[in-house]
Amino acid sequence: MTPLLQAKGVTKRYGARLGCGDVSFDLYPGEVMGIVGESGSGKSTLLSCLAGHLVPDAGKVIYDTRAQGPRDVLALPEPERRMLGRTDWAFVHQNPRDGLRMGVSAGANVGERLMAVGARHYGQIREQAVDWLGRVEIAPDRIDDRPRAFSGGMQQRLQIARNLVTGPRLVFMDEPTGGLDVSVQARLLDLLRGLVREMGLSAIVVTHDLAVVRLLADRLMVMKDGAVVETGLTDQVLDDPQHGYTQLLVSSVLQV
Amino acid sequence: MIQLTDVSKSFVLHNQGGAVIPVIAGASLTVAAGECVALVGNSGAGKSTLMRMIWGNYLCGSGSIRVGGVDVSGAEPREVLHMRREVLGYVSQFLRVVPRVPTLDVVAEPALAGGVPRDKALDRARGLLARLNVPERLWGLSPTTFSGGEQQRVNIARGFVHDLPAMLLDEPTASLDATNRAVVLDLILEAKARGAAIVGIFHDAAGRAAVCDREIDVSGFAPPARA
Repeated sequence: MTPLLQAKGVTKRYGARLGCGDVSFDLYPGEVMGIVGESGSGKSTLLSCLAGHLVPDAGKVIYDTRAQGPRDVLALPEPERRMLGRTDWAFVHQNPRDGLRMGVSAGANVGERLMAVGARHYGQIREQAVDWLGRVEIAPDRIDDRPRAFSGGMQQRLQIARNLVTGPRLVFMDEPTGGLDVSVQARLLDLLRGLVREMGLSAIVVTHDLAVVRLLADRLMVMKDGAVVETGLTDQVLDDPQHGYTQLLVSSVLQV
Repeated sequence: MIQLTDVSKSFVLHNQGGAVIPVIAGASLTVAAGECVALVGNSGAGKSTLMRMIWGNYLCGSGSIRVGGVDVSGAEPREVLHMRREVLGYVSQFLRVVPRVPTLDVVAEPALAGGVPRDKALDRARGLLARLNVPERLWGLSPTTFSGGEQQRVNIARGFVHDLPAMLLDEPTASLDATNRAVVLDLILEAKARGAAIVGIFHDAAGRAAVCDREIDVSGFAPPARA
């Protein structure tokens, strides 16, 4: 099997400081990988490098494109990379305001991504928008409201609908449940898990919440000070952590 | 089916002065298809540790653990996950579920993951829940709010919903009443009859005697005391 995404020695520095150093891994189709670590450990930097939002100082990110097989994403011409970002890839931001257009209606937010890949039939676009709002549990009568009028949890679900409507193969998520209260978090997690299973998505989820990765991720990467300190199967890393930092992280979780 | 060769394990506690706690050394055992083997030994002897190493959520220190065709020690995460879908089932002591997911779906999940069609998986799940006397009005609810015994039965139904060639059972009869205990023992015997290789931990001695072919005393795998 060809990995869907391969990172090879991805390194990003901010001046003299290390953002993330020499990160390598293979992500296979259908796999969900969690990246955990405390704030400042480099996990978001890494995610941005992988998704092409930041240019790493060294290393390669190789993606198995539908048309041409494995290609180095960083060496792709800009239009092709943007196309990839609109079709095969999706990016769910921690703050829904970064991933949504707040000034247009919910339906338009979902429809915009469809139009970006060539959909033009208004009726069909609206129909698909309604379908996706339903899947993320937003009532159809809210389709013409702007995201500003939505709660934080609804905005996050709308962002997910907007991202998944084009049937991506790879989803990047940056703290998808951050800033939501626990009951909304549970609902969102359940939803995400269902969608990942149903659509056979691969995903890379950055979070500092170990409970989130236990439920969502197949495997885990633990980062500290820009370096990967431990990787493995999610329940193995959480139940039998090998590195001192991971042991600290796991034992620091408060029991409810 | 399940084969452990010279397996050892120690825990290193980096945040507690780097203390090294050896738990298992030189463990070897083989379980054939259709056989049920009980791990016995005092609390703390390493029964659960050994079981978790077979399941793959504890790393194997040295030696090899083979389940079906897979070498669990040193396997890639996706190989372990594949093994859990296709080869090895696990009834743990605790049910861990996503909030909000109905009991019926929780139970059917391993069958669905193993490629059983949805109606068939749900039928099978209904059958098991009924057999384990979980009231039908609870099937549509999430098991997070169930009593301990009910959760345990949901967990068992989940473990038996998909016929896998190997199984791990961690105290399957604990916290069950006599009727349900008998149902679980029957399920184990049926699994054996269809050729499943089973490793179990049973504190219930009569139950153990009823289903197990042999016992392996885990204290035999205790590491030599350090001088």
